[in-house]
Amino acid sequence: MSIGSIPIKFKVRIDPSRCMLCERCIENCPYGTYRREGETIFVDSRNCVACHRCVAMCPRDAITIEEKPVDYRSHPVWTRGAREAIYNQARTGRIVLAGMGNATDLPSIFDRLLLDACQVTNPSIDPLREPMELRTYLGKKPRKLEIKREKDGDIELNTTLSPNLKLNIPIMIGHMSYGAISLNAQLSMARAVSNLGTYMGTGEGGLHPSLRQYQDNMIVQVASGRFGVDIDYLERGAAIEIKIGQGAKPGIGGHLPGEKVGPEVSQTRMIPERSDAISPAPHHDIYSIEDLKQLVHSLKEATEWRKPVFVKIAAVHNVAAIASGIARSSADAVVIDGFRGGTGAAPRVFRDHVGIPIEAAIAAVDQKLRAQGIRNEISIIASGGMRDSADVTKAIALGADAIYIGTAALIAMGCRVCGTCYRGLCPWGIATQDAKLTQRLDPDIEWQHVANLIHGWTLEISELMGAAGINSIESLRGNRDRLRGYMLDEEMMNVLDVKPVGA
Amino acid sequence: MCGIISVIDRSKSGMDGSRIKHALSLMNERGSGEGAGYAAYGVYPDFSEYYALHVFFNNLVEPKGSVDEILRTWGEIEFEEEIPTVEQPDLRRTHIPWRYFFKPDISLMPGSTTPEEDIVTMLVMKINTTIQGALVFSSGKNIGVFKASGWPETVADFYQIDQYEGYIWLAHNRYPTNTSGWWGGAHPFNLLDWSVVHNGEITSYGTNRRYIESYGYRCTMFTDTEVVAYLCDLLGRKHGLPEELMVRAFAPPFWDEIDRMKEADCTLNSAIRLTYGSALMNGPFAIVVATADGIVGFTDRIKLRPLIAAEAGDRLYISSEEAAIRRMEPNLDRVWMPKAGEPVIGRVRV
Repeated sequence: MSIGSIPIKFKVRIDPSRCMLCERCIENCPYGTYRREGETIFVDSRNCVACHRCVAMCPRDAITIEEKPVDYRSHPVWTRGAREAIYNQARTGRIVLAGMGNATDLPSIFDRLLLDACQVTNPSIDPLREPMELRTYLGKKPRKLEIKREKDGDIELNTTLSPNLKLNIPIMIGHMSYGAISLNAQLSMARAVSNLGTYMGTGEGGLHPSLRQYQDNMIVQVASGRFGVDIDYLERGAAIEIKIGQGAKPGIGGHLPGEKVGPEVSQTRMIPERSDAISPAPHHDIYSIEDLKQLVHSLKEATEWRKPVFVKIAAVHNVAAIASGIARSSADAVVIDGFRGGTGAAPRVFRDHVGIPIEAAIAAVDQKLRAQGIRNEISIIASGGMRDSADVTKAIALGADAIYIGTAALIAMGCRVCGTCYRGLCPWGIATQDAKLTQRLDPDIEWQHVANLIHGWTLEISELMGAAGINSIESLRGNRDRLRGYMLDEEMMNVLDVKPVGA
Repeated sequence: MCGIISVIDRSKSGMDGSRIKHALSLMNERGSGEGAGYAAYGVYPDFSEYYALHVFFNNLVEPKGSVDEILRTWGEIEFEEEIPTVEQPDLRRTHIPWRYFFKPDISLMPGSTTPEEDIVTMLVMKINTTIQGALVFSSGKNIGVFKASGWPETVADFYQIDQYEGYIWLAHNRYPTNTSGWWGGAHPFNLLDWSVVHNGEITSYGTNRRYIESYGYRCTMFTDTEVVAYLCDLLGRKHGLPEELMVRAFAPPFWDEIDRMKEADCTLNSAIRLTYGSALMNGPFAIVVATADGIVGFTDRIKLRPLIAAEAGDRLYISSEEAAIRRMEPNLDRVWMPKAGEPVIGRVRV
């Protein structure tokens, strides 16, 4: 079985009547799809990953990329993907890697939830004319306030609130490490969140010195490899996040290949150059919930109880019970990462088959915490496949306090979701450490794109809230009465605690 | 729409229900003839130590048997009777209004600091959720709610509210949207000491309901107003917030205002919003809440429903319309429009 026996994924064509032989396609393609041969550009379509860098850079619109021009003989069970994975593994004997999030065509629950709006009996509120509040505080809240009225009528507050993270908008950018993505990508996103008054995660890659100017808007991560962690790192972050798992690959650790570990990444992660950075599947000091509690406690002590500590888990079947365990520790927020969450590289079998949708996870966690009367003990941050402001609004209505985006922010900077992140050759300068490629991403330009995206979503959320007659995000949170299920089965609607359309 | 009016006499002098009936029926443009009701404080002086449980029975066989049983299990029934009514041509009698004067046995709820209230609250929730054909709609001491489906004057005449004397009256003229004009859906809503009348719609109901239900309350009346009564009970009674701070939690200042406050105020208001964010009520509303100690009127944060207040001597009036207040008392000392979210508080003199 030779490799040539597998049909190509993409067919690239150059229209010779439009091509002016400028060779921009050759310069821009890191995968070696193009080469000059005399007076023509020769195309090796087999190298193409459909990242569209050449299409974007071609000044004459001469390039066409066709998907699956030669398909396999169709079969309902032995799909193209199934067969290719077998060829791949028959050849290599290894785990098949994949990038980005879950790529199976399972239906999205978000798409089957519809939002409400006011008509007649209550007026909608116009955000152009009335205040609309999206400010969100993440962290522990007291169950009740102790208030004493003094003899002179003055009111004395006897409850001290623990430090909360103040977000101008309930949208943050999730943890994508330096190493997995480029410094320029991190700089762009960091500048965006600091302009917007929200936060982004460092990932398990340490905090590069050039990001310190944005540290007040950065959440530092402590993951199972402990890469980049020291007291200086912890103290610089606005909050600390312990990563237990991630939605793209629940139950396993991360893996940064040595070729991405250049001098800068090496120093920031505090690991030798060119060494593989392999995070263990579990934290080696956490083998039960009380061990997690101790780690939360240690981080709180190390930072003198001044910083909120989050715990990130993948949305797995038992997510609600796990979250309730986390709520009983000193942790301030639980981050739930749904099965559509992205990654630079994950075993395909995990990415596509392990974990549950974020919608069900939010509903289950919020419900369990309320049933136990401890919802105030912890904030819920949801992530994993948030594509637009409607997804965000629905996630909050299901019970999330705030959300993380990941892939959406990358797309704002040019990512075309080709899913080839794990090769380290990202032509958009995002998922790569190659200086020639990373310089393609200009933080002075891309930060604005990221900020524009989040700002646009914020405006849309304000409009959706106003239409629903709500002028404060607190009144959207957990307001499942303003959602209806469309073509969802009864069991699913019970889990989500939403009524069907028309009810 | 809906029209509301309430009055308190701070010296606790009694007022019979005849005037408030006229005031409420003046606002018939705000109603649809499908629901009206009155709450009066101080109406059962002879039974002031007992919880007056007003119950709608569908019949006096199974549901009443079950209610009798559960009440006897948890305490003692001092006296019970059908609430006296007079048939009205345009009021269809779909329930039998009954009243019990009940004393809970506090030894049955050890470990509670407020066993009487907790038993009564528990019984109200239990009867309303588990006993078919019985609905407790009033459960305070020395308090009576009188409501039904009909125009204000019809309901008033049905219950003969001019025969009752109270120092606080709350009244409501309903234009139903959320639920059909069933008797249980008419206002005022009451739990223990708390009574609520409400004009508007609470768009945050889902959030408020999820919040209050995590404290053991059960919303059973299919309407957003009941949640206000439970929130008052939680914040006012169980958490001990003074009225003005309770209202602050329900209709808090905007963050822009809080940010501009002096440090102590800023801390207090931030703490209220952080702690009680899920109790924040959104949507258009004007609400009057009463307890035995007084009344509080307030609107939503951008005042999407009308509310006007007036004073005459010892009496404070809060209503949807000034005309209705003047129907009760033509000579007013002061009339004013409260700002959005700003509470109007009338307390009895101690």
